[in-house]
Amino acid sequence: MLIIKNLHAEVEGKQILKGLNLTVNAGEVHAIMGPNGAGKSSLASVLAGRENYEVTEGEVWFEGKNLLEMAPEDRAREGVFLAFQYPVEIPGVSNINFLKTALGEIRAYRNLPPLDAKAFLQLSKEKQKLVEFDAKLVNRSLNEGFSGGEKKRNEIFQLAMLEPSLSILDETDSGLDIDALRIVSKGVNKLRSPKNAFMIITHYQRLLEYIVPDFVHVLYDGRIVKSGTKELALELEEKGYDWLKDTEKEEVGTI
Amino acid sequence: MSLIQEPVIPLYDAVVKGYQTLSTAGADTEGVRRARQTAFDQFRLLGFPSIKNEDWKYTNITRYLKDEFALNGLVAGDEPVAAVSAPADLVAKATIPGLDACQVVLVNGVWDGKVKGALPKGIELFKVSQVLNDPQFAAYFGNGKWGNQHFAYLNTALFKDGLFIRVKDGAAVEKPLHVVNVFTADRNLLIQPRHVIVAGRNAEASVVESVVSGDGAGVAGEVKLWVNSLTEIFAQTDSKLDHVVLQTASAGVRMVQHTTVRQRKQSLYNNYTFTLPGAELVRNDLQARLEEDHTETHLYGLYLAAGGQLIDNHTLVDHQKPQCFSNELYKGVLLEKSTGVFNGKVYVHQDAQKTNAFQQNNNLVISKQATIDSKPELEIYADDVKCSHGSTVGQFSEEALFYLRARGIGEETAKALLINAFAFDVTEKLKNSAVEAYVNELISQHIPSQTQA
Repeated sequence: MLIIKNLHAEVEGKQILKGLNLTVNAGEVHAIMGPNGAGKSSLASVLAGRENYEVTEGEVWFEGKNLLEMAPEDRAREGVFLAFQYPVEIPGVSNINFLKTALGEIRAYRNLPPLDAKAFLQLSKEKQKLVEFDAKLVNRSLNEGFSGGEKKRNEIFQLAMLEPSLSILDETDSGLDIDALRIVSKGVNKLRSPKNAFMIITHYQRLLEYIVPDFVHVLYDGRIVKSGTKELALELEEKGYDWLKDTEKEEVGTI
Repeated sequence: MSLIQEPVIPLYDAVVKGYQTLSTAGADTEGVRRARQTAFDQFRLLGFPSIKNEDWKYTNITRYLKDEFALNGLVAGDEPVAAVSAPADLVAKATIPGLDACQVVLVNGVWDGKVKGALPKGIELFKVSQVLNDPQFAAYFGNGKWGNQHFAYLNTALFKDGLFIRVKDGAAVEKPLHVVNVFTADRNLLIQPRHVIVAGRNAEASVVESVVSGDGAGVAGEVKLWVNSLTEIFAQTDSKLDHVVLQTASAGVRMVQHTTVRQRKQSLYNNYTFTLPGAELVRNDLQARLEEDHTETHLYGLYLAAGGQLIDNHTLVDHQKPQCFSNELYKGVLLEKSTGVFNGKVYVHQDAQKTNAFQQNNNLVISKQATIDSKPELEIYADDVKCSHGSTVGQFSEEALFYLRARGIGEETAKALLINAFAFDVTEKLKNSAVEAYVNELISQHIPSQTQA
């Protein structure tokens, strides 16, 4: 589904990603962990097409298409979804109208007929229930005045509505209390299927107790320095990230 | 003093000639005649405004005055413009879907006397030309004090007709009155409508005005129309008046709209002015004069400028008496090579203690070639008041734009959504949902394809 090869990227002249390789297949959940400043959120931004990131080297292929050549909206239409670390408040744009517009454009891109009002409403209700999203928030202005937890849950609600094939959750767990974390995780687990994949970016292991990953990768200094299964997350939790510095040196030495 | 007047303005000569013709026609009563004479003398003294006048510093109208304009039916040998029936397509253009209102149509400021839908009890309509010389209406036409308002003098000197709306004392009129102002001609024309709205004691009413002009049928190709419209509003004690103005004239129209509102004790006046792309020049002078205590005034404005358009909103809230409340919110979206001007003056007289006066102007400048001049002006001579003002100029939030695009919404649509959201603060203030939906639709129509920087 997603193949990242030797990805180098910089922002404002500063090199952030320094040769990142990663392959994600349908049905898989990948956790990306790492210390602050390792490039986790940058990876999410580059994949979603944030304009201030410049890719200087490498390739990203999404379902056989060159992702890096696409505008952000086309990436979304192709099936890439970024759940924002900091969802943006947009007063005056209603949540539901925003989703209707988004879904409409995505469907048009895929040559699907537009959903009529009734079908859309039904879908919205169904997904609200699935991710336990408060109906009152659906009609409010997009994220305006939402609590941190409500914003994150809105991201998951959007994810449920748009049904992407690849979902990138950028520190969705940060700022969530344990109840909200449980609800968000439950939502994600319900949305998991053999056809879609998740990339879960997190600083902490706790989220991974709820959303069990197939693979855990450690991102450090712009590269994935270690990959493993879910046990790796526990190891990281225990040891912290400091031991990685040594690992990295070892790996560099062996190349 | 006539030296002030640049000799190259043909309209000035036409106006002077026109006045001489009119003053020899002699139908007016002594009072009206005197008011016209005073106004005309003032206009001759002031001439057309130039950027040397503080109130016109950012609005240079020289290029709009270069053409020749006929004064409809005033200058000897000048054939009156024939069509005074309203072209159906223009009236259709002004139709607000789902609005339950009674409608009147004015062509070039002249009402044909017809009303579509039953006129609600409590509202009376007259042609200004019919009541102008009627002694019981004299109070509404005698005022010659227009300060430095060049165009108000010009209108007063030469106006012929318009609509007189009277809401009777104590009448609560639920249905809005929709006034459709159609401007259309087959030649360059100076049109000077004169309207009066009187909300009687404890009366309540809502007036929605639309301004439209022809693209093909009326104002074709090179035809230019100068519209110098003046509206006087009298909000009597305890009255409540909602006044919506939808300016959607097309290219070829240059418009100056002067509105003076005089508020008596405990009256409420709400003005909502929307100016959309089309007319080359729109200058609004909106003046609320709070002549008695405990009045309330809300001025909401939204201007969406495109092409080479110039939209200028000058407002004045004149707090003359104590305990009055005024609130003003104007927002502007500047596209392409357009220019916007906002000048909001709040004047608090020494006598006007316990005044609450708030003003806000926010601008979204979409294009690198667009300009906005925003100038709040506060003059406060009372010492126990609450007044505030704010002015902002900004661009699209890149974060918001990216967020929308990351959900599959195309750049153009995303920008349109953000513009609508920006305008929302103003449109949501409209009390009638049909009007609100219509305005939002008008805004949307003008956004796509025009958002490129």
